[in-house]
Order: sequence, then structure tokens, then C-alpha cells
Amino acid sequence: MIHRLFGQRENLAPNYIILGLLCAFAVIPILILGFNSLKSNLELGENSVGFPRQFQWSNYPDAWEQGGFAVTMTNSVIFVVGTVTGVVVLGGMAAYALARLNPRGSNLYMIYMLSLSTIPFWLYAVPLFILWKNLSLLNTRFGLIVIYIALNSPFAIFLLRSFLVKFPPDFEDAARVDGATEVQVLTKVVLPIMWPGLLTVALVVALGVWGEFQIALIFMQEDEKMPLTTSYFNFMRRFSRDWSLTAAGAIMMILPVLIIFMGLQRRFVEGLTQGGLK
Amino acid sequence: MTANPSIQDTSSRRTSFLGKGLEVRRGLLAWAFIVPITLVHLVVVVGPGISGLYYALTDWSGIGKAEFIGLGNFVELFTEDLNFRAAFRHNLFWMAFFLTVPMIMALSAASLLAQIRRGAMVIRSMFYLPYVLPSIVSAFTWSMLLNPSLGIGAALDKIGIKGLDHPWLGDFRTALASIAFADNWHWWGFLSILFLTAMQAIPVDLYDAAKMDGANRWQQFRNVTLPGIRPTILFMLLMTAIWSFLAFDYVWILTQGGPSGASELVSSHLYKQAFLRFEAGYAAAIGLTVSLMAGCIVGGFTILRRRGWEI
Repeated sequence: MIHRLFGQRENLAPNYIILGLLCAFAVIPILILGFNSLKSNLELGENSVGFPRQFQWSNYPDAWEQGGFAVTMTNSVIFVVGTVTGVVVLGGMAAYALARLNPRGSNLYMIYMLSLSTIPFWLYAVPLFILWKNLSLLNTRFGLIVIYIALNSPFAIFLLRSFLVKFPPDFEDAARVDGATEVQVLTKVVLPIMWPGLLTVALVVALGVWGEFQIALIFMQEDEKMPLTTSYFNFMRRFSRDWSLTAAGAIMMILPVLIIFMGLQRRFVEGLTQGGLK
Repeated sequence: MTANPSIQDTSSRRTSFLGKGLEVRRGLLAWAFIVPITLVHLVVVVGPGISGLYYALTDWSGIGKAEFIGLGNFVELFTEDLNFRAAFRHNLFWMAFFLTVPMIMALSAASLLAQIRRGAMVIRSMFYLPYVLPSIVSAFTWSMLLNPSLGIGAALDKIGIKGLDHPWLGDFRTALASIAFADNWHWWGFLSILFLTAMQAIPVDLYDAAKMDGANRWQQFRNVTLPGIRPTILFMLLMTAIWSFLAFDYVWILTQGGPSGASELVSSHLYKQAFLRFEAGYAAAIGLTVSLMAGCIVGGFTILRRRGWEI
């Protein structure tokens, strides 16, 4: 009996075969994208999925130039930084208040937040567009960032609140007994505790904004203020036959994401797993 | 959200040593912290959401005065707008696809992955990778790979595997399914990691007991794994059903609803009405209809749960 339980190892070969095939399915398209970004158009015609025979590195500066990446990448960075700052500061304040200061009606507020985050975007997209037009916020960086902050903050508040609730408030109370003001408690005690949670939120929000397409498509229609995604959409349609160029553009867009993904994998996986359930 | 007992405890303890005046001041401070983000929400989501209910009842171009026409938009939507009807059918296909294909892929991948140790982290990251890419990049990649003359099909054709060099996105019979395939490529791996995380919370004893009873791997999956991650599966089924009415990116990037409406989804139809034809009132009516459908799904789910279905 014991022999059957512990002695006999299960045969894991089928697991590895199927998992290997699934890995190939996930990764090979990205590899082909990378290969194609280094081919000449001529080579791409006859060798459309294989390893490049000759590296044409000039695709990258060409795509950078023709796709206006210097401008759009700056725009995307502005959107990411603005949104992350807004979500972390405003969402963090709200999460702290809800987890620690126990205002009346905080449970009701959480229910409000929960239902709010399930309202479909298409219900308010058109009225929001009109409102933004009337407020002259359409095609402004500030206007787009405000929308991103609003849509990302429910998730941030949930995550940060549940993160804070896990820690007992003893440190804060001890600081208060020692005569610290509420502001000091917040900056000296709470912030260091919340730090990992804030970093996770920042990472998930940054990734979301970096790749966001549909809201930018609607609310930012001036070329020189577009983020990477929608500007790349135009670039891709303009150079629809020049795939080595557009592939190089795509690689430049995902390179920062890939580098951060490799570096902070664990936090990424944790954050997104929680974020996916927002 | 149920009240967390530990919060209740600390609050009563605090009142005792902080005194009444301080408690009131902290209550004010709390709301001062909550108000800013709440204002942002109200302006972006709640306000427009409510005014959308009104616009849905008007004929309006977005400029000037909206003309109240009662349920006129909905009458047109359900009786005359054949494009909407087609788009709605496509959304049902989309939902059926995403409730099955990624679910099956993710469940099998996660259960296979849960059994191994060596290389598990690497495989996990690979599954995850497509999910972190922007939708525009994965959509572009697949528009390249599905191209009949320069994609995978053409490459396979050269080595003798015929018949796959089909204009997947250009043929009205395959366009919608191809877009769903591309969207699923970036989604299933993430889903499998969600399931894996849930599976890892199942106590090992349950598997040991099942093995003791002579259960094979399929029986273990059927009787231990599936019941163990049931809440996660049901939650993701619910979210998938809701999201499938909102899907937009992949369709817009790859075909914009074409060829000749074959891949039109409700969202792309709405986008065209609102931002290309400037039918703001009509688009608001579509938005409301879609939201009500999503609401019905959540409502149905909640009712089944109340009736004692263990979901």
C-alpha cells in the first residue's frame, strides 16, 4: 500500500509534451514578430516565418522615424506616469481611509465601488465624449489621464484596502501615543507598510495604460498627442505592406514591457492575477 | 463586502482611548481622503452613465439640442437595424467561443501544470507572456500570421501542407472566428494562471485520499480539482459572459467589422454610430441595451445563487 502511494512515480511525460505545445503556441508568434522585424521586405516575401538570413537593423531607426515614435512614446510615458500618480495618490488615500479611519458608511462605499466597476464602458462612452467636448477636455492629455484614473482606481482601492487590513494598526496607534500627528502617521508609518501594495498597483496600472487602445481611440484624435497604441494603429495601416517596418515598431512598443516583465515577474503575476478579478 | 471582524475590534478599542472629539476629526479626515477619487468617478462614470439613460431616449447628433423621441431608438434598433441584429448574433458566437475554448485550454493547462515541479516557473511565464502585450501588438502579429500570402499558411504551403493559406480575416465565413482566435491567444494563458493559483489552494490531503481510493488522474481532476476551484471557474464564466458584450479592440484593429459586416460586434457598431455617423442618441441606446444584457446575466446569476444553486 505504502509502495503504491509513494514508490510509484506518476508518468509526467504527457504533461510536458502538452505543456510544451501550449508554450510554443504562446511564444512562437512573438518570436516570429521579432524575426520579421529584422528582415528586409524582400526576404520577408520568401521567408515569412523563419529566422532572418540577414539582419536588417535599419528597420528599427526607420520605424522610429516614420512612426513618430519619439513623440508617441513620450506621450505614452506621460499618460502612464500621470495615471499611476493619480491612482496611487488618490486611490491610496481612499484605501487608507477605508481600511483604517473607519468612517461611517465605509461598507456601503465599498459596495458602491464594486457596482461602479461593473458598469460597462459603452453605457457612458458617448455621454462622456460629449461632456469632455463641452469641457474642452477632448484631445487633451489631462482629459485622457482623468478617465484612466477613474477607470483604474476601483481595482486599486480594493487591492490596497485588503492589503492594509491584513496588518494590525498597532504601529500607527503606538506612533499616535508618542504624539505623532495624523500626517506623520501617514508618511512615516503607513506608507512604508503600503509600499509593496502600491508598487503592485503601479505596475498593473502602468501596463494597462501602456497598452490601452479603445479609450485613446475615442478621446485622443490629434496625431501629436496620441499614445503609442492608436498612433501605431495608423502607422500599421499606412505601411500595411511593409511588414518588417511595422514589426520593428511593434517590438519597440513591447520592449519596455518585456524588460519589466522579466525583472519583476513575480509581482507582475501576483498583481495581474488580483487585477484580473477586479 | 462583509464587515471584517478585526476592523470592528480595533475601532471600538480606539474609541476608548482616543476620545470622542478625536474620533469625529478622524471621521472628517477619512472623508476628506475619500472625496477626491469619488469626485473623479462621479464625473467620469456615474454622471455620464445617468445622462446616457436620457440620451438613449433622444434623437441627437451630439451638437445642439437633443430631441426627445421616447423609445424610438429602441424600436428602430430591434425592428429595423439589421446590422445590429447581425452584430448581436456575432456577440453570442463570441460569448459561446470564450465560454468554451479558453476555459478548456486553461483548465487542461493548469491541471497539467499543477502536477509538475521542474520547469513550472518557466512554463508559467511563457503562458503569461501574451497577456502582457498591448492588444494592438497581438492583433498586428496575428494579422501578419494569418495573411494568406505571407503568413503561417503560406509557409506551411511551401513545405507541402496545403490548404491553410486562406485569407482568414478577409473571408466573411472565417473573419469573426479568426479574430476570436487571435483574442484568445492573449487570454487563455492568463486564465490558466488564475486557475493554477486556485488549484494550489486545494489541500494535498484530498489528492492523497483520492489516490488511496484508487482514483486515476481523470477521476482526481473530476472529483477533487474541479470542485476545488469551482468558485473561480464560475466567477470567470460570469466575467467572460459580461466581457463578451464589451469586446472591441481586436475586431476594430483587425477588420473594423468587415468584410461587409461579417465580424461586426455590438461595440464596433456602436462606435461607428457614435463617432463616424454622429448618431449620439442612437449610440447611447445601443450602449444601454448592451449594458442591460450584461446586467441580465449578472441578475440571472444572482437569482440562481439565491435559489440555492451552489454557484
